[in-house]
Amino acid sequence: MEEKKPIIRIQNLCKEFIVGDEVVRALKGVSFDIFEGEFVTIMGTSGSGKSTMLNILGCLDKPTKGSYELDSVETASLSKDDLAKIRNNKIGFVFQSYNLLPRTTCIENAELPLFYHQGISSAERQQRAIEALNLVGLQQRLLHTPNQLSGGQQQRVAIARALVNDPVVIFADEATGNLDTRMSYEIMGLFQDLNKQGKTIVFVTHEPDIAKMSKRTITLRDGLVISDEIHEHQVDAKEELAKLPLTD
Amino acid sequence: MVFSNLTKVAWKAIILNKLRTFLTMLGIIIGVGSVITMLAIGEGSKQSIKSQISQMGSNMITIRAGSERIGGVRVDDGSQRSMTIKDVEAIQKNAKNIEYVSPIVQSSGQTIHESSNWPSSIYGVYPEYLSIKKMELKSGSMFTERHINQSAKVAVIGQTVVDNLFKENENPIGQTIRFKNTPFQIIGVLESKGENTFGQDQDNVILAPFSTVQKRLLSINYVNSIVASAKDESVAEQAVDEVTEILQKVHKSNGENDPFRIMSMEELLTTASSTTDILTTLLVAIAGISLLIGGIGIMNIMYVSVKERTREIGLRMAVGARSKDILLQFLTEAIFISVTGGLIGVVVGISAAKIITIFTQWPTIITVSSLIISFFVCAVTGIFFGWYPAKKAANLDPIVALRYE
Repeated sequence: MEEKKPIIRIQNLCKEFIVGDEVVRALKGVSFDIFEGEFVTIMGTSGSGKSTMLNILGCLDKPTKGSYELDSVETASLSKDDLAKIRNNKIGFVFQSYNLLPRTTCIENAELPLFYHQGISSAERQQRAIEALNLVGLQQRLLHTPNQLSGGQQQRVAIARALVNDPVVIFADEATGNLDTRMSYEIMGLFQDLNKQGKTIVFVTHEPDIAKMSKRTITLRDGLVISDEIHEHQVDAKEELAKLPLTD
Repeated sequence: MVFSNLTKVAWKAIILNKLRTFLTMLGIIIGVGSVITMLAIGEGSKQSIKSQISQMGSNMITIRAGSERIGGVRVDDGSQRSMTIKDVEAIQKNAKNIEYVSPIVQSSGQTIHESSNWPSSIYGVYPEYLSIKKMELKSGSMFTERHINQSAKVAVIGQTVVDNLFKENENPIGQTIRFKNTPFQIIGVLESKGENTFGQDQDNVILAPFSTVQKRLLSINYVNSIVASAKDESVAEQAVDEVTEILQKVHKSNGENDPFRIMSMEELLTTASSTTDILTTLLVAIAGISLLIGGIGIMNIMYVSVKERTREIGLRMAVGARSKDILLQFLTEAIFISVTGGLIGVVVGISAAKIITIFTQWPTIITVSSLIISFFVCAVTGIFFGWYPAKKAANLDPIVALRYE
C-alpha cells in the first residue's frame, strides 16, 4: 500500500458534556487516521457520538481530552479565532438541511466562505464561485435563488460552497438525509466524482446503502469505534441510480 | 472581514427587509427631525426676542427711583420722589458715554376728543426721547426745546390713540385732545411699533413736553424715571457705571443705599435669552426622548434580526467567520439604519422648520451645530443600541446556531 499523507489524525479523543449534575461521556477515547484521497463514512445510531465526532473534526468544538491533528496542525490548543481560520481555509461543510441563505443567488451563496478570506477581490470571489458551481453541474442556475431550486440542486449549491475555498477535507453531515433515494444517489455520485478528483471526504450517515458507496466505514457505538472496514467493492452511485425504476 | 464586504453584507440584509428597515428608521427620522426642529424654533425665538429688544434700543439705560420705605410700607420703585431734574442735568453735564438723556413723568387717564374717549398714558419727556426709544414720526413734527421752555400744550400721539379717538381718514394734526381736562394740540403722529415682547401696546402713548406735564398737568417737582442712551452699544456698560457714579455723587449715597436703580437693556437681554434657553432645553429634551425611543426601536429590530438569522450566523461561523466578524456585521447594520435615518431626519427637520415658518410666521433658525450634534448623537445611538444584539449574535455557539429551528 502506498504511503499517503494523513489529513486527519486523532488519538484517544474524549468528549464530556455536563448535563445537569450528570457527566455525559459522548466520546470515550477514539483513535483513527484518515488519509488524503479517502472517502470515509462514519456510521452510528443516534447517541453513538457521531455528531460530537463531526463537530470536533469540523473544528466547531474542542475535545475534552486527546489530540486531533488536521493537515499536520494540532487543533486542541487553538483559540476560537484560530479555529475559525482553519474552518475557513481547510474545511468544507455540507449540512443535512443545506443551510443556504434565503433570497440570495447561487453565486452569492457559494462565495460565502471567501467573504472571510483576506485579500480576495469580489471579481475573484465570483469567478471561484462560478467554477465551483460548474463542478457540481449548476452552471445553468447561477443567478437562481434557493426557493427556485429542488432539494438536490440546493444541496449541490451547498457542495459548491464547501468546494469554493479548496479545502483539504469536506465534512458532510447526513447530507442525503433530506433527499429521496434518487436525489441521494445523484448526490453520492457527485461526491464519488469529487473523490476521484482527489478530494478527501468524511461523510456522516446512518444509512447502510449510502455507507457502501464510500471506500471505508468507521462505525461508532456509545462513544467508541466498534468497526473500521475498508470496502473492497465500492458501490457505484451512478450504476445504482440507473437501476432505480423510473417513477415518472 | 474587509470593510467593503461588511457594508455589502449589511446592505444586502437591509435590502431583503426594506419595509422593516424603513419603519425602524422612521423612529430615528422622527427623533432627529424633531430635535432639529425644536432647536430651530428655540433659536428662532431667541433671536426674535433679541432683535425686538434691540429695536427698543439696546443701548438704552433706564434709571428708576429705588424702593424705599415710607413709614414702614415699601412702595413701588417708580412711585418714589427721590429723583429730580437735577439728576438729569448732572448726567447731561458729566456723562461722557451718554449721548441722549430724557426725564420721564407719566400719568394715565382718559383722553378725550369730541365725543370719543380712550384710556391712555401721557409721558412728559425731552425731544431726545424719540432717539433714545428709537421711535420715528409718521407725520407732523416733534416738539422742540422751545416748547419745553414755554411749557407748551402740544403733543405727539401714537397710532392706537389716533385709531381710537379719530375717524378714519381724519387728520389728527392740528386738532386738540384733552387729557385730564388739559387741552393738547397734536403736532405729530408716531410711526407704529406694535406690541413689544411683553405684550404691551407701544402705540398707546401721548408724548408731551416734560415741563408741561410736570408742572401744568401733575404739579409735581420730581421725575418718575430717566432714560438715556449710550453713545454706542459697546460702551453701554461703562455708561451704566458712569451714571451710577454721577447719581451717587448727587444723592451722596454709596451703593448700598442708592435711592435709584439703573437697568440697561443688556440685562434685559440676558434675562430674556435665559428664559428662551430654558424653553429650548425643554423642547429638545422632549424631542430627545423620541430619539431614545427610536434607538430602542433599532435595538428591538436588531434582536429580531439576530433571532431570525440564527442559522445564518451559525453557517457564517462554520465557514470561517470569527465572533468579531459577526459582531461587526450586525453593528454595521444598526449603524447603517441609524445614520441613514439620521441623514433623512436632518432633511425632515430642516423642512419642518421651514414649513413652520411659512405657515405660522414663527421664526426658526437652523444652526450648523444643531445639525452636527443631532447627527452625531444619532450615530452613537446606533452603536449603543446595536451593540448588545450584535454581541449576542457574536457569542452564539455555531453548533447550536446551525441546528436552531
